[in-house]
Amino acid sequence: MLELASSNGIANTNEALAESPLAIRGLTVSYGQKPAVFSVDMTVQAGAMTAVIGPNGAGKSTMLKAALGIVKPLSGQVTAFGKPLEDQRARVAYVPQRASVDWDFPTRVIDVVLMGLYRELGLLGRLRGRHKAKAMDCLNRVGMRDFADRQIGQLSGGQQQRVFLARSLAQDADLYLLDEPFAGVDAATEKAIIAVLKSLKDAGKTVVVVHHDLATVTDYFDHVFLINTRKVAEGPVDVAFTAETLQAAYGGRLATAQIDQLSRAAG
Amino acid sequence: MSGEEFVPLSLTPLLIGIFAAVACALPGNFLVLRKQALIGDAISHVVLPGIVVAFLLTGVISAWPMMLGAAGAALLAVVMIEAIRRLGRIEPGAAMGVVFTTMFAGGVLLLEQTDTSSVHLDVEHALYGNLESLIWLDAVGWSSLLDAQALAGLPVELGRIAATLIGVIAFIWLFWRPLKISTFDEGFARTMGIRTNVLGLALVVVAAIAAVAAFDAVGSIIVIAMFICPPAAARMMTNQLERQIAWSIGFATTSAIVGYVFAGYGPLWLGAADAVSAAGMIATVSGVILALTALFGPCRKRAGAPAQA
Repeated sequence: MLELASSNGIANTNEALAESPLAIRGLTVSYGQKPAVFSVDMTVQAGAMTAVIGPNGAGKSTMLKAALGIVKPLSGQVTAFGKPLEDQRARVAYVPQRASVDWDFPTRVIDVVLMGLYRELGLLGRLRGRHKAKAMDCLNRVGMRDFADRQIGQLSGGQQQRVFLARSLAQDADLYLLDEPFAGVDAATEKAIIAVLKSLKDAGKTVVVVHHDLATVTDYFDHVFLINTRKVAEGPVDVAFTAETLQAAYGGRLATAQIDQLSRAAG
Repeated sequence: MSGEEFVPLSLTPLLIGIFAAVACALPGNFLVLRKQALIGDAISHVVLPGIVVAFLLTGVISAWPMMLGAAGAALLAVVMIEAIRRLGRIEPGAAMGVVFTTMFAGGVLLLEQTDTSSVHLDVEHALYGNLESLIWLDAVGWSSLLDAQALAGLPVELGRIAATLIGVIAFIWLFWRPLKISTFDEGFARTMGIRTNVLGLALVVVAAIAAVAAFDAVGSIIVIAMFICPPAAARMMTNQLERQIAWSIGFATTSAIVGYVFAGYGPLWLGAADAVSAAGMIATVSGVILALTALFGPCRKRAGAPAQA
């Protein structure tokens, strides 16, 4: 099984990898007996906004975490901008699921955003006025400037999500990976987040979002990656987001009528 | 109390108590926030078999072999906890409970089976330490602090716990940012290039060193109390980690001073004849402080706690 995964990796290596902000080859992750992600290849299109979609438990978040080295994969290679990811950390920003941290942690909103400047500050680099100004600017971009001195536990779910986004903005990355940023947030926050993500795309950045709301895929994204443990489809929305690929990814879990409606929306 | 009495009899036990309390409370802040507070408990328990084995191997009660034995046992326990947690796929608290009770029980058995009656090694000593005996007989008053000859007679425990405290402070100061980031959001910390596994292990090792050094001077009761009570009380006083650390140092110091004074004089004030264990009283005071902050602290509500389903 492992051999198969690694031979896939070699077979798929080509020049496209060198330019891709994130290229995954033969990624297999397992938490127990059954693999959560099996032999997945992904080549993220530079400058695009890509939605990673699939049913619950399909391995969307796990694939992202394994690609970033947060969980240890059984096999697979990951490159960012043509180099091993470990050498490109400064160019990659990650926004974890909001529920993955304890928001009772004793810290303020501004301090969380300043965490995004860790690579710039290093262990003992002095925190200067310009660092704070930058953090405030990032908060401003997500509409959270007035909350800078609040304890993070006092924020609503949507506000917490915006603070996480502001922290990633502070990293000045070229590739942004977001895990379910729209989960459980209010409509205003969803609008604010999508506006920031579109501005990142306009600035030439690459955005990859683990997404669960099929109804908004065509509005928000130009590329999709469908996964259900294995890769189902990958490509521009009009090619890869179709009734057939959705059926393949979700199986019987989506009503046929729903798929028809979505594929009409997809054009 | 005059300097002539205070300096030789009370100054060194007080300082040792304070240093031990602060050395444990500092890493305790991160352990509590990481929900690993029990690891202090685990370490201070497993230290016992380590010390007994060191005694059995060397046949003498001397500091260095015992510190090494204790440190070895602490590291073994950390490795076993990790192994059980991963292999058994159970929560860390349960793994710790299994390891430290077993190792502590083994230590007690070993201690009972060995002939240690001729030496000062017993369960009571392990629990309460012997803070009151760490006196400075060479001192005659405050002037002794400037007298090289008298200073040479300071209890060795004082030097060891002071060095440990400096090491603990240096570790937390140097790794402040990665410690804070990875305690709050481990996944994000990894993507920032922080080696969270290594850092987490280093934190536990630093806590283990503090526990062993404090155990040597003041017994395991203080160690267990100081890893948890001052940081937990401090959390209820503020919503900022930097201030929480400051509060925890304040609470640890207060516990040490008030506890020491109460242990020595409290029973006399109440009309009893004897003093009580300083270590026990220090731990008790820290518990009282925790109870007070839990009742009246300004930040005792868990505002960011996930909603109960």
